[in-house]
Amino acid sequence: MLSDLLTPLAVNPLPWARAQMAFTLAFHIILVPLGVSWAAMALIANYRGIKHDDADALLLAQRWSKYMAVTFAVGAVTGTVLTFEFGLLWPKFMGRWGDAFGVPFALEGLFFFTEAIFVAIYIYGWRRLKPWPHFWTGIPIVIAGIGGSVSVIAANAWMNQPQGFTLNSAGEIIEVDPLAVIFNKAMPLEAAHMVVAAYIVGGFLVASVYAFGMLRGRNDRYHRIGFIIPFTVAAIAVPIQMGVGDQLARWVYQNEPEKFAAIELVPKTSDNVPETLLGRLNADVTKVEGGISIPGLASILSDPSTGTGTVVQGRDAFPEDEQPTVRQANTVHLAWDVMVGLGTFLFLLSAWYALSWLFRRDYPRSKWFLRIGSISGILAVITMEAGWVVTEVGRQPWIVRNYMKVEDAATGNTGVWITFLAVVGIYSVVGVTTILVLRGMSRRFREEAGDDETDVPYGPSARPEEVGAR
Amino acid sequence: MTLADAVAIVLFFGVTAYAIFGGADFGAGFWDLVAGGAERGERPRALIDHSIGPVWEANHVWLIFSLVVLWTAFAEAFASITLTLFVPLTLAAFGIVLRGSSFAFRKAVFRTRDQRNFGAAFALSSVLVPYCMGAVAGAIAAGRVPSGGKAGDPVTSWVNPTSIVGGVLAVTVCAYLSAVYLTWDAKRLDDPEMEAYFRRRSIGAGVAASVIEAVGIVVFYADARYLFDGLVSRALPLVILSGLCGIGSLVLLVRRANHGARLLSVGAVASVVVGWGVAQWPYLLPESLKVDQAAAPEGTLGAVLVVFALAAVIILPSLALLYVLDQKSLLPGEGVEAGPAPGD
Repeated sequence: MLSDLLTPLAVNPLPWARAQMAFTLAFHIILVPLGVSWAAMALIANYRGIKHDDADALLLAQRWSKYMAVTFAVGAVTGTVLTFEFGLLWPKFMGRWGDAFGVPFALEGLFFFTEAIFVAIYIYGWRRLKPWPHFWTGIPIVIAGIGGSVSVIAANAWMNQPQGFTLNSAGEIIEVDPLAVIFNKAMPLEAAHMVVAAYIVGGFLVASVYAFGMLRGRNDRYHRIGFIIPFTVAAIAVPIQMGVGDQLARWVYQNEPEKFAAIELVPKTSDNVPETLLGRLNADVTKVEGGISIPGLASILSDPSTGTGTVVQGRDAFPEDEQPTVRQANTVHLAWDVMVGLGTFLFLLSAWYALSWLFRRDYPRSKWFLRIGSISGILAVITMEAGWVVTEVGRQPWIVRNYMKVEDAATGNTGVWITFLAVVGIYSVVGVTTILVLRGMSRRFREEAGDDETDVPYGPSARPEEVGAR
Repeated sequence: MTLADAVAIVLFFGVTAYAIFGGADFGAGFWDLVAGGAERGERPRALIDHSIGPVWEANHVWLIFSLVVLWTAFAEAFASITLTLFVPLTLAAFGIVLRGSSFAFRKAVFRTRDQRNFGAAFALSSVLVPYCMGAVAGAIAAGRVPSGGKAGDPVTSWVNPTSIVGGVLAVTVCAYLSAVYLTWDAKRLDDPEMEAYFRRRSIGAGVAASVIEAVGIVVFYADARYLFDGLVSRALPLVILSGLCGIGSLVLLVRRANHGARLLSVGAVASVVVGWGVAQWPYLLPESLKVDQAAAPEGTLGAVLVVFALAAVIILPSLALLYVLDQKSLLPGEGVEAGPAPGD
């Protein structure tokens, strides 16, 4: 039989399933902020355009909606892959927990539907709908974007804090309380953290493109607005995120102490726990090697009311097989440092911007500000990815905390390594192409407007080859 | 009727909607594929772009809807299907990525070479996905997906007579639906040449689909007896209805009554999909997992029904708005392509 011939290709699916899920999520999560926040930013520009008769702002809104058409399509289909993967990679997880885990996704479907419908109306409606009705068709996209991400995060939060179900003696779900599943204990802060992150990442990503353009000498009003709107959105969201993140960390300290022990790299339960920047656990898990230690800070941050006297549970407080491995803990800690470090850096950048507005009614005209601004998008993406690593790796070895381990959830299909390689190949092509297509669009817009001297002003234009009377 | 039955009906509502709306978008990809070289295929491709551009993403969501209802309300069925049909579902997922992204890319690039490459990826994956979906449906209907955490055969579960009929039928039906819709759109856009072009093709695809269905019935008799028995008993009225609608739509196409033809083609396809569901009732996975065995606890089922009610209130009017605006040509293209942009 064919299946017998394939036996030599059989490889333990677990690490590959993990890798594939991680890779496809890491890819999709970059498109999410654009889906959630770009429409809001386009609407701000759109509003300015109509209300104040601002032609530059209106042109921005139109072009952004065309870029959104591309990023939304790629986001929609990569999101669909995740839907398939829940079953393809984790059938035992879905079979046993789908009854509860699925509930937030049912809501998400509602939001995604709304988003897809109004994205289409908004993007395609520029020419023939009247300005204000057209503007209003964009509002449901903003609401659905927030609602959709809250729903998905509710499902993820449920994996951290599973509740709202009753099991029988065989461990099967016999009763589900849908509201308790959706509004699980971890949901409010996790969801807030992600929605705010979506505005930060989306804002910095879009702003960084225009910062780059201004560095290249395209210093017209169009580029300035294209920078100011998204950068302002991100700069407002960053301090909010500092507050939400701080709350969330304290919440994890109280409710998921084994994750917190990994985050803060605490080998032994004690008070007066230092905050260690970088560093890693040594092999026999007795102490932290390397890094910069700030005495007592982790205790103080965990509960300021008791200060350095706050006791933080260490790895010795939990069974070895019910917390992240040492390697995973080191990963969590590094990701945590990256998230907090870059987040703080983006906060300082936002503060610079805010002070400049406060005192000079203008964004900082320093070249260095634009240089950092032009990489702020990538930095924000790295920050978000690091945060996602903290929550996902920090939950290991569980897929449903305290109920099911990842290793018990995976598919038995031994060919997952093949699909992993295929996914990496396809996504790489799609990712690179997305960037090239967006760049090509931007170049074409500039050529059409005739506002670019760096591109070949003479020579054959790309237009005559154009096909189709679209 | 139990809650589980109601949710099963919701599930089939989603599957049917996906077949009718999403299926037509896939079918458009099929016609794109066979439209010929850049010059000859220019006008049909432009019409296809124009026609599915604003609606395909919304139509695609019916798939997500169906999958989510399946895994939430009938988790065991979902787990069994994904465990056994790993290969065709993975291929379908890849195809969906390629189709959606390359369609979006094609509209965003202007060089012929780029358009051709993205167009080819779009068109090929538009055939691959419905084939895989049809093969999956065939595998389920023929009882090749066992329940209870066991995987069926990774290859023969979806490479078998019923699955092949299912796959080919899905591709053909998508092409048929799409050609009928495109005939209508061409008429609406005052393009008699394209109207005739797609009318010929819709008749051809309609005839092909009927032949494949007839062959399918024979194949099911030999290969998928439970399905066959259901089709000639419980689901017989639907089978007959589908046949009548199909014939009616062909007659109307010949007589150039596009509107009626479109309605009847939808009726023909919807009754086939619903007929499939009725034929394998009360099983989700024939002869291995019944609807009520697979059903989630009542709390979950209730939540799904509440979400469906919300969808009926929020989504259906929104979809109607999208389609009406589209049909009134109020969604002509992205941004303001024609004429100078304000501010330029």
